[in-house]
Amino acid sequence: MTLEKITSELFEKLVELAQFSLDPAESEYLRSELNHQLAAVKELSEIPIDVAVAPTTHGLEVEGAASRADEWKLYPNPDSIIALAPESEEGMIAVPDVAANRKTAQ
Amino acid sequence: MNYTDLSAFEISQKVRSGEIKAVEMVEAALAQIAAVDGVQGQLDYKGQDPAQDDKVHAFISLTSDLARSQAAEVDRKVAEGDDPGLLAGVPLSVKDIFCVEHTHTTAASRMLANFEPPYTATAVNRLTQAGALLVGKTNLDEFTYGSSSESSAFQPCPYNPWNPKYAAGGSSGGSAAAVAARETPLSLGTDTGGSIRQPSAFCGVVGLKPTYSRVSRYGLIAFASSFDCPGPITRDVRDAALMLQAIAGSDPQDSTSSTVAPSDYRSALEQDVRGLRIGLSPDYGHISYPDTETGEISYQAIQREVSQAVFNAAEALARAGAEIIENVPMPNSRFGIPAYFVISRVEAASNLHRFDGVKYGFRTTHPFNDLSELYRLSRAEGFGVQPKLRILMGMYVSAAQHAANYYQRALKVRAMIRKDLTDAFNPKGAYRLDALLTPTTPTTAFKRNDVFGNTVLMQYSDQMTVCANHAGMPAITIPGGLDQAGLPIGIQFIANDFREDLLFRAGRAFETATASAAWRAIKPIVLSNQQVIS
Repeated sequence: MTLEKITSELFEKLVELAQFSLDPAESEYLRSELNHQLAAVKELSEIPIDVAVAPTTHGLEVEGAASRADEWKLYPNPDSIIALAPESEEGMIAVPDVAANRKTAQ
Repeated sequence: MNYTDLSAFEISQKVRSGEIKAVEMVEAALAQIAAVDGVQGQLDYKGQDPAQDDKVHAFISLTSDLARSQAAEVDRKVAEGDDPGLLAGVPLSVKDIFCVEHTHTTAASRMLANFEPPYTATAVNRLTQAGALLVGKTNLDEFTYGSSSESSAFQPCPYNPWNPKYAAGGSSGGSAAAVAARETPLSLGTDTGGSIRQPSAFCGVVGLKPTYSRVSRYGLIAFASSFDCPGPITRDVRDAALMLQAIAGSDPQDSTSSTVAPSDYRSALEQDVRGLRIGLSPDYGHISYPDTETGEISYQAIQREVSQAVFNAAEALARAGAEIIENVPMPNSRFGIPAYFVISRVEAASNLHRFDGVKYGFRTTHPFNDLSELYRLSRAEGFGVQPKLRILMGMYVSAAQHAANYYQRALKVRAMIRKDLTDAFNPKGAYRLDALLTPTTPTTAFKRNDVFGNTVLMQYSDQMTVCANHAGMPAITIPGGLDQAGLPIGIQFIANDFREDLLFRAGRAFETATASAAWRAIKPIVLSNQQVIS
């Protein structure tokens, strides 16, 4: 089975989905490393896997605490979380005023 | 008495008895940091001062005032006859991936350079409640994505205390270097594919990856949530046991933390290895490495001195009464890195989508036309190259049209890797092992800049460590000698789920058996430099 490599077009699509904007040198390095990594994992597609093997998402099955009750709780200090946002208004995280920024750009 | 040569166990005894004050221990640690650490990691570092070339650069930030106030509280408890805790007065450093309230918590990324979390990670809280004194946050690969700490946005990155031209390893490179250079006797790291054990091996210290779920992940900035394990980095096995005792146990803030009660790790130290069955596997005698163009696999023996150290350790343990079981098959271990390449990237990409320049962390300073451009610019400027690569790889291999070939297969291979180990540890099986003894790394430390940038080769330096992460099982690295270049060699023990006690028994027995070995008297070169200067 041939696994497709990352073409320039596919790479641009991935970059768009990942919400990046990259300069040409960065793009070239990243695309090259992606293709190297995909070559490195090619082996995975060739390993004989018994149909009885079930996938595992955690290795060991965790005997964790029972799920918490689905109850609303007041966070003791919400201001400390809001304060982390680059911009906030009246106790809420503010999405930037796009029109104002466009003006700045001009 | 040189305070910085004391183990955490010795410090806690002396502080408890009043022989040393905790405030003196803080000042001793800060003085050692001032002597050996040099400039701390910083954004946009352009320094070219040759005086920094033989420094350690383990830290991103110091929390001296916090440590002093914690020390005063420990001393008050001792004076008033209250219990000062298991780790009373022991200086502690913490990898800068753990949230600590009112400190910068950067993940070594520009994205979080100014992030001050409003809460503290459970593992850190438990250590300071046990009397440890937090002196600073250590440097690492950006978001833990690497095996050399060189990808940190905060430069200079940590240098290897045994030879500063060499990498400290990673991603917990600052933590391992800080412990090796006697800056703090304890450091809290994290291990996702080997990030505690590989740097600990490179820096000649003890590093433990506990069983997945043994230590709460609350307050840990996530890399790959099904692998991440906080754990101790120390100079000896006893200190690792003490530290695990302090941090292990269930946590209502982390529903994946196990409710299995922690063992008494300290009493495990008192037991010898007579009757323990310790395995060796030929599958850990070589590494496989893919051609990065064709994917063809070639095999290479691991560094001779490293495999010799493993055999020497087996002989020492046999003399101490352990039974050595040879030729234990681990046929799927060579798939550990390919499977990890896929699963860890999918989880990393998922965890990094939250950084958008709106809720917290870095926001672009450039103008933008719409919200999407705000996201793109903030993520492009805030993330370094390695996080971007992990996000792109994770998105590709989990895309609907590729997931069956990559992600779903990798999850099955993960199950096969775990089965190799559960078969070996099965008490009714053919091998009935208590622990598997392997090298920790295929080679000793590599030179800085030699591997950095080649992400495939860098990832393969975790080939000996990653299977314990897939399986969720505990593993420890212990110094096992020095190579011809004077660089430390690490040997690794892996045990079954929640059997950290067996790792401590085997490790302690090895330390005792080699207590008078000539290599144990040799110290990292940054400590001799310091003696020459003073």
